[in-house]
Amino acid sequence: MEFIIGKFNYWVYIILMMIGFYAMIAKSNLVKKLVGMNIFQTAIILFFISIGSKKGVTIPIIQEGAGDAVNQAVNSARYMNPLPHVLMLTAIVVMVSTFGVALALIIMIFRKYKTLEEDEILESLRSGEEN
Amino acid sequence: MRFLAFIAVIITGALLIYATVDMPNWGDPNSPANIHVSPRYIEKTIEETATPNAVTSVVADYRGYDTMGETTVIFTAGIVCILLLRRHKNDRQT
Amino acid sequence: MIGRLDNVVIQTVCRLLIPPIQLFALYVIAHGHYSPGGGFQGGCILGASFILMVIAYDIKEAKRMMSEKVNTILSSLGVIIYSGIGVVCLILSANYLDYGILNKILPVTIAEARALGIFGVEVGVGITVMAVMVSIFLNLASGGEHGETEE
Repeated sequence: MEFIIGKFNYWVYIILMMIGFYAMIAKSNLVKKLVGMNIFQTAIILFFISIGSKKGVTIPIIQEGAGDAVNQAVNSARYMNPLPHVLMLTAIVVMVSTFGVALALIIMIFRKYKTLEEDEILESLRSGEEN
Repeated sequence: MRFLAFIAVIITGALLIYATVDMPNWGDPNSPANIHVSPRYIEKTIEETATPNAVTSVVADYRGYDTMGETTVIFTAGIVCILLLRRHKNDRQT
Repeated sequence: MIGRLDNVVIQTVCRLLIPPIQLFALYVIAHGHYSPGGGFQGGCILGASFILMVIAYDIKEAKRMMSEKVNTILSSLGVIIYSGIGVVCLILSANYLDYGILNKILPVTIAEARALGIFGVEVGVGITVMAVMVSIFLNLASGGEHGETEE
């Protein structure tokens, strides 16, 4: 029972990751594949954030900086780990950037082939090669 | 095709869940991620940077070079979106 | 591609809400030291206020206010502010992005000089994120006609 309580957060995020992975490889519409990629990246971000939590801690804004607890020694076991939050800020920005560039590429593909289904695009590529 | 994708997803998920047996428990204060360098950042952030918010002081002062690279990434994405979607005057659709 | 929406309720509410949203975004950027916030979060809220204007009014109004030239200048201005603070620290004979040396030109202690350096780079990051959010949205919504001037 302790084994399940200690590990079930990893299992939940792995299930979310696999849902996004299935959408990326099994759907044939290009926009649905892109939504799957977004779900996948969000699951990875949540997985990292859950690594940095500890039992019974508060957010990493030091209370000894202002107010009535000024100039006391800071106990680092009362605050959660700030390092995964920092790394995931960069990851969120990279997620938004790749989503924007991927949408611009989808608009260009639509202008040239007039469809967004993957099998129709592959067919028109193959018939364009044989001509 | 969908059946093969389903099999591949099930196998990948099972391998990942098998790999979590060795990982530290949820909320463990002695995991390697929590004792490496984070206590030093939390204890020294007030006296070295005068910033109570530990996340801001780490992202902009202790790891400021990574944030500069990330600002360049989002700037490049904005420029790429402008450049990819231009139309030339001779093939504008009526 | 986005047509004009002539609904009085939406236009009035957006006209009342957009200035407080921008003020709140500046508050989030400036209070990154003491509460959750910072450059990225405030920049996204500021960009979202311009996107709200596109939803309420016509897209031509937004293109008139944030043309492509203004967007490219603002997005490079943020990166220049960030790198410029690092180069100023280099000129004063310290490491790159070592804000502690700024107490030679400002009358503060070393810890407060680092806090001011953090605030400067957060302002730069907020400007870049705002300009890129608005630029990506206007390019995708108008199909590439963001840069064309009216004839």
